[in-house]
Amino acid sequence: MSMKNNWKTIPPFHPEIDYARCDYKNGCTICAHECSWGEISLKPEKLDNGTMVYKPGANLTSCGSCQRCVKMCPYSAIHIVNSPMYTSHGYWTPDYVGNIVKQASSEGGVLMVGNGATGPQRRYFDHIMFDACQVTNPSIDPLREPMEIRTYLGRRPSKWDGEQYPLLKLEVPIMFGAMSFGALNLRVHEAEAKATSEVGTYWNTGEGGFHISLRESYGANTIVQVASGRFGVSEDYLKSAAAVEIKIGQGAKPGIGGHLPGEKVSREISETRMVPEGSDALSPAPHHDIYSIEDLRQLIYAIKETIEYKVPISVKIAAVHNVAAIASGIARAGADIIAIDGFRGGTGATPLQIRQNSGIPIELAIAAADERLRQEGIRNQVSLVASGGIQCSSDVLKAICLGADAVYVATPVLIALGCGMCQRCFTGKCAYGITTNKPGLAERIDVDEAAWALKNLLHAWAEEIEELMGSMGINAIEAMRGNRDRLRGVGLNEEELRILGIKHAGA
Amino acid sequence: MCGIVGIINTDRIKIDGSYIREAIRIQNERGNGLGGGFAAYGIYPGHKDNYAVHIMYQGGKHSEIIKTVEAFLELRTKVHHSDEIPIFPTSTIPSGPYFKRYFVNPLKEQIPVGQSEDDAMVDIVMAINTMGDAYVISSGKDMGVFKGVGFPEDIADFFRIQDYKGYMWIAHNRFPTNTPGWWGGAHPFTILDKAVVHNGEITSYGTNKRWLEMFGYFCMLQTDTEVLSYIFDKLTRKDGLSVEDACFVMAPSLWEDIEYEKAEKKKLLRQLYGQVIVNGPFGIVLTHSGGAIVLNDRNKLRPVVCARVGSTYYASSEECSIRLLSPKVDALWSPRGGEAVIVDLAKEEVQ
Ligand code: SF4
Ligand code: SF4
Repeated sequence: MSMKNNWKTIPPFHPEIDYARCDYKNGCTICAHECSWGEISLKPEKLDNGTMVYKPGANLTSCGSCQRCVKMCPYSAIHIVNSPMYTSHGYWTPDYVGNIVKQASSEGGVLMVGNGATGPQRRYFDHIMFDACQVTNPSIDPLREPMEIRTYLGRRPSKWDGEQYPLLKLEVPIMFGAMSFGALNLRVHEAEAKATSEVGTYWNTGEGGFHISLRESYGANTIVQVASGRFGVSEDYLKSAAAVEIKIGQGAKPGIGGHLPGEKVSREISETRMVPEGSDALSPAPHHDIYSIEDLRQLIYAIKETIEYKVPISVKIAAVHNVAAIASGIARAGADIIAIDGFRGGTGATPLQIRQNSGIPIELAIAAADERLRQEGIRNQVSLVASGGIQCSSDVLKAICLGADAVYVATPVLIALGCGMCQRCFTGKCAYGITTNKPGLAERIDVDEAAWALKNLLHAWAEEIEELMGSMGINAIEAMRGNRDRLRGVGLNEEELRILGIKHAGA
Repeated sequence: MCGIVGIINTDRIKIDGSYIREAIRIQNERGNGLGGGFAAYGIYPGHKDNYAVHIMYQGGKHSEIIKTVEAFLELRTKVHHSDEIPIFPTSTIPSGPYFKRYFVNPLKEQIPVGQSEDDAMVDIVMAINTMGDAYVISSGKDMGVFKGVGFPEDIADFFRIQDYKGYMWIAHNRFPTNTPGWWGGAHPFTILDKAVVHNGEITSYGTNKRWLEMFGYFCMLQTDTEVLSYIFDKLTRKDGLSVEDACFVMAPSLWEDIEYEKAEKKKLLRQLYGQVIVNGPFGIVLTHSGGAIVLNDRNKLRPVVCARVGSTYYASSEECSIRLLSPKVDALWSPRGGEAVIVDLAKEEVQ
């Protein structure tokens, strides 16, 4: 073969197996079975005593450093190392070189990746610090005093009218963001549903429909999505959930649709999505019935009519340059919740160039949208949900101080279930059984264990949020919302501070 | 730390300012000489249908802004009377800003359709406060505020509050912590007939302030307390809540208790007015022409004690202030955190 074929197969990582620890001589072949990417193969070897055994070894073809083999090896005999890089050039970094090699040696085509943007853009959360009580007011010990983090989402009037509006009740201000059935398997959906209903918050089905088996038990904690592909959308579907979300865009791929390859469309997915088995499920980039804000209004009210105004309607958009004005339009179009997804938001599959280069950071987007809605006096008409790059509980609270009512997290859900951030969800080979429907892999998710991990995560973040609030002398999360006074910027320029609406540290 | 005192007579029997001067002076341990102030109700019987607008001009008697403000008042209101607020420099406060008062009513034809005279007055106050260097100290009918930088007894002497007679008085002894000690930053804070004195720190200030801005209230006085009078005004006057409901909104019960009581209205109130929760430690006395309210934060992190002597009710940070004026009391109690004490002059009832 020509050299070209070797070029495309130099992978950035590979496993190294310490044969002094490895137990292959007694028949262990776990790693080779755990690696779903075909990186580890077994070579027959005859031992001195005549027994035939199989020795695992790296193929140097397809490791993505998902770390599954490392975590599953009972003898801790494996670790993953970086391959000697393509280049030592300071400007032509391995990423750029590698991508060009890939594109030149395949038949052209758009580079696909999973997960969120990896670029060096500033993480504003790291430049925002909380205030804390000293002397003049007492901090509150959440272990000794009540601490309230319950949040309601939905439209409210600008003055008292004694009416009950349809609201979502969140016992923690964190929901699980949209990830579709198809991208994920049913077990992961069930784990999300179980965890959120036990904790008292919500999960989002994404655009791939809501499996019939989950509707009755978990509908009350489920947000169903209506996206451009309209997969699985029926009257029953809309009525099965606690809220309906119209997905206009997502942070990982603003302005881009979706594509679930036919080979992933199994019988069950075909039934839930209401598309023929084995056919590609395409979500167009725009909704072809929404070319303007008036069209969105019609869809919002068409859904509201269907659900008899019983549950709130959310509209999800990617954080783009003009996010504040768009949010205002959406509020006026009748949405009860606006979910804004920053450019760091994850996905199962997105074109690399879009993921890395489109959209804006959630911190700036949420601050701008909140301020705009207040200036227009309509902030009470909608709740804001921030998402896209929320990495820890303090990010949650900072987003709330900047103006969000609550957040969506999705990548943390995957990580809690094992995900090693290898960015290859679109291949359907996930070694953790998360983003795959393949029999043999999907079973790697145990619903109860997965739900347990997700509940742990929610509880841990909730406790940390309570600690942070207590340190600021606040015992009700309502008093944190938009409370930019309790934030200071470090190392931000004037324009950034102005947009975030915070003062610099020391001021 | 700060000290507060309130005195209210439900028979509207008036007393002069010397009583409250003594009551707040004895709390000087709680202040540091960087702020003192008083609000008095019933002091302008001759103008009781006009808004008594007390304005502080930072730049003194000859500052340019005075002309701007007065031209604005002429344009938007009927000015029935105006004069300088008499001051009497003392050895401790040899000088201060320039104070004038205007007795006005917004011009009917200037009031936008759908707005009341009160709404128009609030807009006028906000407009003056944002002009720069002119600050409306009070704007209610038949009431007024006298405040500044100094110990409260010195401020009392500076304005000679013993020359005023009122049926309801509140006073403040300031120990500023987070915000500068300046004349506009002393308590009480007011809007229309609502005045508030506050001991504590409002950790929810940012949230409360930004909520108020949506409804045309702008905080210009650099002190967290300012939000309290605005919140109360918005809730009771604009949104039509009862005083009890307004107090509930500012210091609501825990969700757990609301659910336990199956208190449907409380649930709705809290769902709607989440951003009006006043968090952080506080004890306040809030007065309006219809009565007074004493309120503590939900955790009772600041002292307030209440007492009744005949038809006079007292509230104070320290019991000594009450005992000084009246060694014998008919009743004395400490309200619990989040539980409002409400004196309603119309109904002559106390909760
Ligand atoms: S399991 Fe993951 S980390 Fe291990 S060899 Fe395979 S791809 Fe690499
Ligand atoms: S979900 Fe699976 S395929 Fe996707 S990044 Fe995580 S480990 Fe990789």
